[in-house]
Amino acid sequence: MNLFNIISEIEKIDPEANEKFNFYSRRNLMKIGSNLVAAGIPVFVATTLNQAFAQSAGPSAAAVGVLNYALTLEYLEDEYYRLGLAASGLIPTTDRTIMTQISKHEAAHVALLKGALGTSAVAKPAFKFPTGTFTSYQTFLGLARALEDTGVAAYKGQAGALINDKPILQTALQIHSVEARHASEVRRLLALKGWVSDPAQTTFSQGGVNLKTLPNVTGFSDDSFREAFDEPLTMAQVLTIATPYLG
Amino acid sequence: MKAGKQLHLTNFDMSKQQQSSGLPTLPGGIEPVMVGRRLFLRYAGAFAAGGALIASCKNAEENPITVPVSVDLGTGDIGILNYAYALEQLEAAFYTQVVATPYANMSAAELAILTDIRNHEIIHREFFKAALGTMAIGALVPEFGTVNFTDRTSVLSTAKAFEDLGVSAYNGAGNLITSPDYLLLAGKIVSVEARHAAAIRDLLNPKSADFAGDDVVAPATGLDVASKPTAVLPIAQTFVKTPITGANLPTA
Repeated sequence: MNLFNIISEIEKIDPEANEKFNFYSRRNLMKIGSNLVAAGIPVFVATTLNQAFAQSAGPSAAAVGVLNYALTLEYLEDEYYRLGLAASGLIPTTDRTIMTQISKHEAAHVALLKGALGTSAVAKPAFKFPTGTFTSYQTFLGLARALEDTGVAAYKGQAGALINDKPILQTALQIHSVEARHASEVRRLLALKGWVSDPAQTTFSQGGVNLKTLPNVTGFSDDSFREAFDEPLTMAQVLTIATPYLG
Repeated sequence: MKAGKQLHLTNFDMSKQQQSSGLPTLPGGIEPVMVGRRLFLRYAGAFAAGGALIASCKNAEENPITVPVSVDLGTGDIGILNYAYALEQLEAAFYTQVVATPYANMSAAELAILTDIRNHEIIHREFFKAALGTMAIGALVPEFGTVNFTDRTSVLSTAKAFEDLGVSAYNGAGNLITSPDYLLLAGKIVSVEARHAAAIRDLLNPKSADFAGDDVVAPATGLDVASKPTAVLPIAQTFVKTPITGANLPTA
């Protein structure tokens, strides 16, 4: 399975995905394809196998698609922090403990997902990052924030697709909250709040409940209502965000 | 006041609540109730060995208080939502107290963070109450006797415990939910709790690995804790006077 398959998975879920990706030229797709071939499948010993798979007859086809999507995002994050930690003078000494902890988790997520998927695992794509990403710490943190917040939203967006693969759902949730811890920490390194308020969000309803008219919330800012619920992203939305970083 | 006498009712619908055994019978299914002093004392003796509750009840006739009758979270998805509602009640009550009585030398930055978290938890609590409607459990009576609200370490350590507990609870409850809509709502909330947890942990031990420490995120797998209600409720119960039972919650 490779990114072609992921895109075809999206098309199964969202028939209009191809339209939405019309900016994404065939040429670029071919480029990704050849990079995948060139990269080959990395030799990687997954020391931790997902118990989920040992206990079940195996993931559904839908779950395999979701897990490969998750694996692709984890590859991206894992490479990002590896490059950041390797870049001389980028990460201040005071913050290396934090970045090392995040990097450790991303590597563990890659190993876990690869182990779980076995021969179904997508190969690691080639990634590219904007010029200056690994020479300016603020730039590095800015993209780290985007990757972490996107990761949180991406896992959240797939929960429903895993509702019939219960052990896998639980594992995905256990990764999801770790990404949220990372996101909070990186945001605060940027002097942002640890929680997300998107000014574009101008409605405040969750599950049919208008939050702003609830009791005991008089005087709360719009930010509080936005921050209290992290919003998901669809697979198509996430790939739109991730595409610039695919080699 | 006799047990059968008409009681003052709150405007909650308490149909999901039950009484624990050995207590006077109240009119069917109507709790928590606002009662007069005599019946209250009977409850206080039964539930709390008195002390703090009685001390707080100087004007019971004028200011009747909510009696901690026991709560059954219920069954199925509604039970899981009530489970979440119970945890959010606990968190909201805690942070409300933290912000109302700041610990010594609380910085402006810390007050801002704790106020944000208080607001989020109140929104979560009120959201669940509204979403559950007539199926919602009643108001729980918190018990924060072990927390020293004047002490930064005591407050932040308790906050850390609550946030980590909440994360583990939502992580463990996800696959007990059958409705994709409820699952997504739980997902929208759990990551906010995880963001809180990381911020609180960083306040306690700045610039360390603790924001996602090895004590909660297994180093080998990168997985956060997931706990079932049977593991979470006994911990939550230590901060709640109202006896809570999750015996009818789904287990798989």
